[in-house]
Amino acid sequence: MSKNHIRPLASLAEGQTAQVASLLSGGTMRRRLQDIGFIEGTQVECVQKSPAGDPVAYRVRGALIALRSEDSARVLVV
Amino acid sequence: MGLTHESVGRGAAGSSLTIHKQHETDRIIALAGNPNVGKSTVFNALTGMNQHTGNWPGKTVSNAQGYCEADGRGYVMVDIPGCYSLMAHSAEEEVARNFICYGEPDGVIVVCDATCLERNLNLVLQTLEITSQVVVCVNLMDEARRKGVHLNTRLLSQRLGVPVVCTEARGKKGLKKLMQAMEKRLQEPSPSQPVQVQYITPLEEAISLLESSLNKVDLHSLPSRWLALRLLDQDEALLVGLEEYLDCDLLSLPGVRDALSQAEELLNRHGLTGETRLDAIVSSLVRQAEAICDGVVFQFPSSAEERDRKIDRILTSKGTGFPIMILLLAVVFWLTITGANYPSQLLAKGLFFLQGKISQGLLFLGAPPWLEGLLADGVYRTLAWVVSVMLPPMAIFFPLFTLLEDLGYLPRVAFNLDKYFKKCSACGKQALTMCMGFGCNAAGIVGCRIIDSPRERLIAILTNSFVPCNGRFPTLIAILTMFFVGAGTALFQSAACAILLTGIILLGIVMTFLSSKLLSSTILKGVPSSFTLELPPYRRPQIGKTIVRSIFDRTLFVLGRAVSVAAPAGLVIWLMANVSVNGQSLLTVCSGFLDPFAQLLGMDGVILLAFILGFPANEIVVPILLMAYMSAGSLVEYESLDALRTILVQNGWDWVTAVCVMLFSLFHWPCSTTCLTIYKETKSWKWTLISILLPTLTGMAACAIFANIARLF
Repeated sequence: MSKNHIRPLASLAEGQTAQVASLLSGGTMRRRLQDIGFIEGTQVECVQKSPAGDPVAYRVRGALIALRSEDSARVLVV
Repeated sequence: MGLTHESVGRGAAGSSLTIHKQHETDRIIALAGNPNVGKSTVFNALTGMNQHTGNWPGKTVSNAQGYCEADGRGYVMVDIPGCYSLMAHSAEEEVARNFICYGEPDGVIVVCDATCLERNLNLVLQTLEITSQVVVCVNLMDEARRKGVHLNTRLLSQRLGVPVVCTEARGKKGLKKLMQAMEKRLQEPSPSQPVQVQYITPLEEAISLLESSLNKVDLHSLPSRWLALRLLDQDEALLVGLEEYLDCDLLSLPGVRDALSQAEELLNRHGLTGETRLDAIVSSLVRQAEAICDGVVFQFPSSAEERDRKIDRILTSKGTGFPIMILLLAVVFWLTITGANYPSQLLAKGLFFLQGKISQGLLFLGAPPWLEGLLADGVYRTLAWVVSVMLPPMAIFFPLFTLLEDLGYLPRVAFNLDKYFKKCSACGKQALTMCMGFGCNAAGIVGCRIIDSPRERLIAILTNSFVPCNGRFPTLIAILTMFFVGAGTALFQSAACAILLTGIILLGIVMTFLSSKLLSSTILKGVPSSFTLELPPYRRPQIGKTIVRSIFDRTLFVLGRAVSVAAPAGLVIWLMANVSVNGQSLLTVCSGFLDPFAQLLGMDGVILLAFILGFPANEIVVPILLMAYMSAGSLVEYESLDALRTILVQNGWDWVTAVCVMLFSLFHWPCSTTCLTIYKETKSWKWTLISILLPTLTGMAACAIFANIARLF
């Protein structure tokens, strides 16, 4: 897979970093994600998976935010 | 575990707030900020109050006010809920925005987290769009230093156009400066213009179209630019709020509707419709925050970040996450049980010695024997039981739990358990409210406001009492120690007791999951909604302060409540035991009436009666039970738990009874305070009734099944 391939945030392995390309979720969740800094070009790092593998904690703009797999599948990154 | 008078007391559910000024010249200052930036710590440090703090986001669920004085002037400080934005997407954002817009604060202090300033500036910029009377408080400077973050606050202040003050609220540093800066800002005849967020060209054009029509009318000092933006992002909540608080129908003002349709048309031409338009607005805010931070924030390499990751790898990884969670629970219980045993005996000895003196004193003063019995054997004895059995475990459990909370462990519990809550179509934050329930179910239920989805919030409310609150822990501990931890060394005994108690708690947690699943597949059908959970950095707890604070704020508060309920309950029990109808005491009549049903549940009539009389406070169930048994027959002086065991065994208890009592203690109706809180939070008798029936029926079923199977052998 090339480095510039668009893929869901959920596909990142622990320790991998990518940039936000676009958000597929709508409504309140879209707003919340934007408020905490998920906008185009923002760097996101996949930091830590929970014991059950879901949710996963991501570092975004200095904060650690956990997202469920359904939600991280709706964030596209490059 | 937000257990203070504020969180369960009067007004906990009300979102309205009446400001109490002490002098005409007092100023009203709102404290805003992202969740978990130490806003409540700043509030407490300024006002000397004890608004609950803890290292997890979302503790402040409604506005709280406090008073402080600085340089001879009084200030009413209002702690508004933490939020990421003022666009009112969630309940707390709406409460926060409503106060800034309609609460008429003289000034706003926006508290920011120095370790992640850029994200916090989003809220600062949004606040500056509403008012220029703002001071930015950059808190957690100590933590930032440890993480290698350095800030050029002078440049930050220049770029924002408002004063910026650095604080370390936990160490009370910088607070005086903060208040001085606020006062100076308020007194300035022509304060500097704050930075204005620049939006993309079509948006700016649309804004000026609307502004020119809005400028012609009275807007109650709300800035026209901000109102124009809210009209453009189709903010229904704002229009409703304007009508409700200011009696102002924005769209009916002359020219506004026309200007809006022109602006709409302009934006639509540029493809800025619906979601795209909102995206453009939010992106501009985030990018402006990014630009402001460029050259202000410097990140130097540090080991603190690496340390946090190492801790997280241990506390939340696949192999060790769950075992450590269970181990921590067991250790907390073990410390509580071991630590509580000796002081409990000492207290009992002292208090029962006093009872003899009180009796003698009363008789000496010429009190009739019935009065002596009523006061000494009824009221005082019940109080003594409550204090000696309940106080020591509480005084140990509360501080231990608070330490875990301050450390930042609770959000990790939510992180670990979320997958299972998702499977039950519930919210991961329910793990947080469940943890709060360990302290007090009423506080846990108020805390459910952190859950945005109404359906998931209801599930969390209805299932909260499946975890035992602090009033029920001592009951469980006492029975476990008496019946299941027999011979062996003291260490073995307490360890075995802690393990069994952990098992019981896990049973409660499993039932929370099962009943959540049941609810979400029957009367509360729905799919799990989206949510974000912030994992804050670990913070070193302030051990001394935590202990003092949790004893004074929580332990004494809970104990006070138990005592105030126990005194009348003791009176009732004594009267029931001593008033006879047809040669039988009322107690015998009542317990006899309940007995057949109670036997079905593996208990007896007295036990069930004790649970019923314990409705006002679970803490008094065991004391009432003992009172009832003892009033009927021999009076045994309290020497140790063994003496209590003898009383219980004499009254027909065996291990099956003990298990059933523990099961029923875990699953039965919530206490009266909790029921009232559920009603306040849901505004529905139907849901309150369901929240009573759900655990009660569960408990009855569990007891009946267990007792009948166990009796077969």
